[in-house]
Amino acid sequence: MSVGTPLPHESAALHVTGAALFTDDLVGRTSAVLHGHPVQAPHAHARIARLDPAPAYDVPGVVRVLTGADVPGVNDAGVRHDEPLFPDEVMFHGQAVCWVLAESLEAARLGAAAVEVEYEPLPAIVSLRDAIAAESFQGNRLLLESGDVEAGFAAAAHVFEGETEMAGQEHFYLETQASLAHVDESGQVFVQCSTQHPTETQEIVAHVLGLHSHDVTVQCLRMGGGFGGKEMQPHGYAAVAALGATLTGRPVRVRLTRAQDVTMTGKRHGFHATWKVGFDADGRLLALESTLTSDGGWSLDLSEPVLSRALCHLDNAYWIPNVRAAGRVARTHKTSQTAFRGFGGPQGMLVIEDVLGRCAPLLGIEAAELRRRNFYADGQATPYGQPVRHPERVARAWEQVTESGELARRTAEVAAFNESSPHRKRGLAITPVKFGISFNFTSFNQAGALVLVYKDGSVLINHGGTEMGQGLHTKMLQVAASTLGLPLDKVRLAPTRTDKVPNTSATAASSGTDLNGAAVKDACEQILERLAGVPGETWEARVHRAYLDRIQLFAAGYYKTDGLHWDPAAMRGNPFKYFAYGVAASEVEVDGFTGSYVVRRVDIVQDVGDSLSPLVDLGQVEGGFVQGTGWLTLEDLRWDERDGRLATSSASTYKLPSLSEMPEVFNVALLENATETGSVYGSKAVGEPPLMLALSVREALRQAAAAFGPPGTSVELASPATPEAVFWAVERARERSLSWTG
Amino acid sequence: MEPDTVIVNGAPRPLAAAAHTTALDWLRGQGLTGAKEGCAEGECGACTVLLARPGADTPTEWTALNSCLLPAAALDGQEVVTAEGLGSPEALHPVQHEMAVRGGSQCGYCTPGFVCSMAAEYYRPDRVQLNGSNGFDEHALSGNLCRCTGYRPILDAARALGHPGLDDSLAARRHQPPPPPPRAQRGLQEVLRLLADEPDALVTAGCTDTGVEANLRGARPALLVPVDRVPELRELRATPEYVEVGAALTLSEIERRLGGAVPLLEQVLPQFASRPIRNAATIGGNLATASPIGDLAPALLALDATVVLVSLDGDREVPLTAYFTGYRQTVRRPGELVRAVRIPLPLARTTAFHKIAKRRFDDISSVAVGFALDIEDGVVARAAIGLGGVAATPVRATATEAALTGQPWTDETVRAAAAVLATEGTPMDDHRASAAYRSAMLGQSLHRLHAEVVA
Repeated sequence: MSVGTPLPHESAALHVTGAALFTDDLVGRTSAVLHGHPVQAPHAHARIARLDPAPAYDVPGVVRVLTGADVPGVNDAGVRHDEPLFPDEVMFHGQAVCWVLAESLEAARLGAAAVEVEYEPLPAIVSLRDAIAAESFQGNRLLLESGDVEAGFAAAAHVFEGETEMAGQEHFYLETQASLAHVDESGQVFVQCSTQHPTETQEIVAHVLGLHSHDVTVQCLRMGGGFGGKEMQPHGYAAVAALGATLTGRPVRVRLTRAQDVTMTGKRHGFHATWKVGFDADGRLLALESTLTSDGGWSLDLSEPVLSRALCHLDNAYWIPNVRAAGRVARTHKTSQTAFRGFGGPQGMLVIEDVLGRCAPLLGIEAAELRRRNFYADGQATPYGQPVRHPERVARAWEQVTESGELARRTAEVAAFNESSPHRKRGLAITPVKFGISFNFTSFNQAGALVLVYKDGSVLINHGGTEMGQGLHTKMLQVAASTLGLPLDKVRLAPTRTDKVPNTSATAASSGTDLNGAAVKDACEQILERLAGVPGETWEARVHRAYLDRIQLFAAGYYKTDGLHWDPAAMRGNPFKYFAYGVAASEVEVDGFTGSYVVRRVDIVQDVGDSLSPLVDLGQVEGGFVQGTGWLTLEDLRWDERDGRLATSSASTYKLPSLSEMPEVFNVALLENATETGSVYGSKAVGEPPLMLALSVREALRQAAAAFGPPGTSVELASPATPEAVFWAVERARERSLSWTG
Repeated sequence: MEPDTVIVNGAPRPLAAAAHTTALDWLRGQGLTGAKEGCAEGECGACTVLLARPGADTPTEWTALNSCLLPAAALDGQEVVTAEGLGSPEALHPVQHEMAVRGGSQCGYCTPGFVCSMAAEYYRPDRVQLNGSNGFDEHALSGNLCRCTGYRPILDAARALGHPGLDDSLAARRHQPPPPPPRAQRGLQEVLRLLADEPDALVTAGCTDTGVEANLRGARPALLVPVDRVPELRELRATPEYVEVGAALTLSEIERRLGGAVPLLEQVLPQFASRPIRNAATIGGNLATASPIGDLAPALLALDATVVLVSLDGDREVPLTAYFTGYRQTVRRPGELVRAVRIPLPLARTTAFHKIAKRRFDDISSVAVGFALDIEDGVVARAAIGLGGVAATPVRATATEAALTGQPWTDETVRAAAAVLATEGTPMDDHRASAAYRSAMLGQSLHRLHAEVVA
């Protein structure tokens, strides 16, 4: 049985030898390629008064300047028709206003510099706070209500209010956006694209070109990371490449430099939250009222579903009987913020963990105890009305982390260390994760596959999911091999293409394996069914016999998730197939002189059901955790509020976790006896949930900062908790200490 | 060696590259697409390759370098190994094997770069087995970013490595002489004449600055004069009066060859950028670019170092305190070159370097403080403090030095002097830190030093 075996990534040997090809690696294999370069606007908000491409044509090597006038179809890169591909009005600093195609990238760069554009600057709103003050919002307002909030507050023994702000996050996939388009020998527009959503890329390319979907094929070999940043963002660049290819008759490559990628593509949404919370005398949550405002940037993109998921994760793993949570999307003159691993879930969960972390000292209850006391119990439902199935798994994971992480002993050690160490303090925090799996948009919860068995018995798998490093293809090979009862080397996987499996959903929402795995399994089972009773000693003999007997040896598999329903207006329903659970305990040590810190130890137990591929799942848990830690501690998007320029637009100014940020001790275990009935081989999704385990690091930092103050110090900690942010938190705690002792 | 030839993965290839082409783009144009562009400024390491360079322990060392920063012309006559040259999917190199089986790759985009950095450390001649460890220095991977794995399996792969076998041709190559410098690398006199004749010539050594200017800001200098292999600039010598460090020695070479001779530099260097950058960047280049932060400058200021400038007229020695004249400006005249840095002896007995940054490895300092103190019988006899990141140039904290000198090394003195230190310089708000934090860090650094150094 291949499923459940810890296998390396199916492309590992290609990765390590540099033999694995990515979209832009194909340029050298393609002749007469033209290179695209954008003209980026130097204003956050401006009207384009004049755009003259003529001077670009004087630059040797420039072949074509693409402008809005060239678009035969719809001049829009999105699905909401609010993202013009070639804008008349600049909506953020760095927005591409036109593209130059040339024989070399150098010529395209010089050509872009030669294009003359006159801008009439307009007033801009850059910061989220300014947008809220100016009531600059876009899209629908959402309201999630359950119970009776007023009654909850009236019954509460303790009521606290506060605000929580958190920054966004740049995806910083190592491979920037890349597309390579040409018109092939059959007249079809063929686009190689680093995209998580090939079908949507196909649709956008088709509508920009004024073609039908069957005129356009999109292929994704593999991505050098996606994390949600290639769910919506690739479409426009693919469309530019395809437009250039149709107009010039030559292959066109559009690959963004890092600076272009960071200044032009959307990011995780920053959020602002106001909250009011009520507890009973024992610290049980009674009521929560909150308004979440996300920073959507200049267009809607996926901001509404991200906001919806944020509201649906405001409870995290805690039962809150009375909730009123409002959500709105601010419009700012920034990049259009988009999907990012967790898709609003992390922001919603950060709010409630911030609330608990700040209120615990005020309630006089240990933070860990306050959290545990509020876990969901059997029979309780979320604020949006979905019963919480398997809530005991949080408690089980919590106990396992508590025991294997020796939290009782270490909590005492931390206290003793803090007692004797004036300049360095430690914190040890444990936090849970409950994360809903399925697309909130019910229609996306379907997938297709095409499994081909050739006469020699070899098997070729096509499915609609894309590989971005998460190991989806590895798992699909395992599912196919296990279902067919074949060794892995009998099964090969073809690159994801829209002409093999149509109408696919984005590989997103952690759902790639659930959906595509079930579709692959369905196709394999259809073939097995037809082969039942076909004689033959071996697989090869049976397949050959079946061919001679005229039995169909290929099958289209299909899957849709049953039992989902969601009323987006009422914010009620059963949007999720199940919840993925996890628990993490993190210990940090903070230097009181600088606010710098190290993560000393992390213990994680994650519920992945019956793991399809334990090495892959372990990698997702560890990688997600470190990426979440980056968001919460290190990665610092800074926008210049004077001109809307992104000040941290390069690897030297925007810092992701490096090797030095890895926890010194890092123990990850998968929850045992966790079969998930009704999903592929009893497995559960793993892509996003572990990211939010990193909230334990933020809470540990809060506790370490509090240790510089008197007992009962409630610490407000900025997010990201950079060394500077931690230093100021420590200073505030120390000031309390001075006034307390004085 | 034929003109304009590069040995790539053991086979010669003609080096015909357009001007301003990077080594990375040239390699990718050759069909060797394993090395990737992730950032084009030497921060992410996806472009890392191995170059045969003069070694400290063996004649040649396999050195990890960022190919995105190197001009293709710098490969002239050199030997390069890429991930494709280390092994193939059918015959993995030991480094590739460990990375593959342990889950060290997820998306695979950063992986060839990691493999090359790891291979450089695998082949480091002075890597020795110690107490059950394989001697792998994890700082070797500080210049490679991975967004997927969280690093644990990568570190496990590194720690599982053995040592090269006797049949390993890359290991054997280390015992042969290194390739000669590229032919463009003239002797010192020739370089100085060229600089005198061509006032617009831009001197470059490791290209860690000129490469970034070219890639990110489109700088296209008409004449780039590489000096990193000029023999006269690569000497390290000690006299009774001073230690003289040649300007074209890379920071890695200084780390290795200086050993613990200057403890303050021994503290600074591992915190300076990343291993691939230190393999390229030179001490002369660091002072010539005159960054206001430049981690070396605050330390060298504290050490009372001088800069030896050379021109056709000969040497000129300038105290570092007088060397910086403004934001990225120095007293260096047209036609002059930094030849060496001199560190006077004896060294102060108490030295420390405090780097304040967001990330522990490979980050630019928000504030950097170099301390050199002599504390005799509990009294501060001499204090020199260099600061980076708080003014247009690196500066000495002269007021703080005055507040310390002659005073007892006590809480009271430190408190008073820290208050002075917090007001030194003219810190700014920027994306790295606020001015308030920078000032606070100055004051805190003296408290921290006092906590660490008991009189």
